[in-house]
Amino acid sequence: MTLNLTLKVWRQDGPRDAGRFETYEANAVSEDISFLELLDVVNEDLVAQNREPIAFDHDCREGICGMCGVMINGQPHGPLRGTTTCQLHLRHFKDGDTVVVEPWRAAAFPIIRDLVVNRTAFDRIVMAGGYVTAPTGAAQDANNIPVPKANADLAMDAAACIGCGACVAACPNGAAQLFTSAKVAHLGLLPQGQPERWSRVNAMVQRMEEHFGSCTNHRECEAACPKEISIDFIARLNRDYLKAQFKDRRQLLRATDVASEE
Amino acid sequence: MVSRTTPGGGGAVAVPGAHPRQRPRLWLLDFYGTAVGKKAVMAITGIVGLGFVLVHMLGNLKIYTGEQHLNDYGEYLREIGSPIIPETGTLWLLRAILIVAVLIHVHAAWSLTQMNRRARPTGYQGPRRFVAADYASRTMRWTGVLLALFIVFHLFDLTWGPANPNFTRGEPYHNLVESLSRGWVAAIYIVANLLLGLHLYHGAWSLFQSLGWNNPRFNLWRRYFAIAFAAVVVAGNLSIPIAIVSGAVD
Repeated sequence: MTLNLTLKVWRQDGPRDAGRFETYEANAVSEDISFLELLDVVNEDLVAQNREPIAFDHDCREGICGMCGVMINGQPHGPLRGTTTCQLHLRHFKDGDTVVVEPWRAAAFPIIRDLVVNRTAFDRIVMAGGYVTAPTGAAQDANNIPVPKANADLAMDAAACIGCGACVAACPNGAAQLFTSAKVAHLGLLPQGQPERWSRVNAMVQRMEEHFGSCTNHRECEAACPKEISIDFIARLNRDYLKAQFKDRRQLLRATDVASEE
Repeated sequence: MVSRTTPGGGGAVAVPGAHPRQRPRLWLLDFYGTAVGKKAVMAITGIVGLGFVLVHMLGNLKIYTGEQHLNDYGEYLREIGSPIIPETGTLWLLRAILIVAVLIHVHAAWSLTQMNRRARPTGYQGPRRFVAADYASRTMRWTGVLLALFIVFHLFDLTWGPANPNFTRGEPYHNLVESLSRGWVAAIYIVANLLLGLHLYHGAWSLFQSLGWNNPRFNLWRRYFAIAFAAVVVAGNLSIPIAIVSGAVD
């Protein structure tokens, strides 16, 4: 089976260019190809006509790298739940459909070109505390640190985050709560993450708020997440953040230092 | 890349010897300075609001037990704790808590809205399709603003009197019937209560998330709670203008 699709794609020559939609016809494309392959087909046409191809991010094309996020018909990664753009196949579209393709829109994700955005702000959140400071050396014996199976499973659910940015793109507030909460939770649920649990959540929330909006519990992120990460992690982030106000000793020590000097 | 500095939980680290150490701000102000903190504060002030609208609705229902009963209830509110607490003392304490809660709730909403606008200065140029965000959650700001305007009208109508055609201080039953007998006023009360229902439907669920009250044991019940709470408050309140306009209460 083949399809004819009309593509309205956001074209923007650079970070400062105003940008505009351009329309392309994709005729007789196989319904078995992925959305990225559709862009490849359109780009081959453009190159053949000596026109500039559409710039889009991609890497693994198997749904695990988080590079290929774009808005497809007003939804991050398109209409299919729990799917990245590269895993979205054209059989989910109808012959004659018009498909609007747009980059993520967020102040923290400036557009570099066409559909490509800069997601460095996510790296900055992780740099603020999304790691364990102690040198871990070689892998330990598996039973050395007991981890309850249920905790390991939940930590893995959080660690499934590929940092694609769909949560921010989907959020009407441009908030990064789902991303940050997943990164905080996957360490916070494991024994290795405990020593820095409270200072981590303080630091990562602070960094997050330098770049992104605030969560008002629309749940749009959860619906858009290709890894179907639950907003339960956001509640967990909020709970940890509240507790950290009383348990982050680094912060408490600072308060006592000042008090004792007076 | 937009770089904004929000006073965070960490606050500024004073370098010893470099500068005279500054007295840190009050911890609660630092906490309120963060967006996650503001949302927690919104949840708590929202709980104050939930308590108020529920008790207010239950008090309103006394119009069905007669003029004397409602007027006595109004008088009783002034005398709670009397003679140990001076007259209207408890009432003013409760009013003060409520006023402070509303002001903080509004300030937090306003400042988070500004933050969210900055987080996406250029919106989507194509149509956006929402799949999870419902009408109530996406209109919280507008239902909030409209409710604030309604509250001002409501105070002028039934507390202070200028918006009431025939206001007598200390006779709430009379004032209520006088005001709501006007069709357009009854319509305002009905619309405002439907807006309140939308606001409660999202808020009474959302507060659990903001405060981190999330557990598989009761997660489903959070939504049921919000629906039931909004339905009970709105139904109770709506019955009054309907009863007055239809002549069941006069």
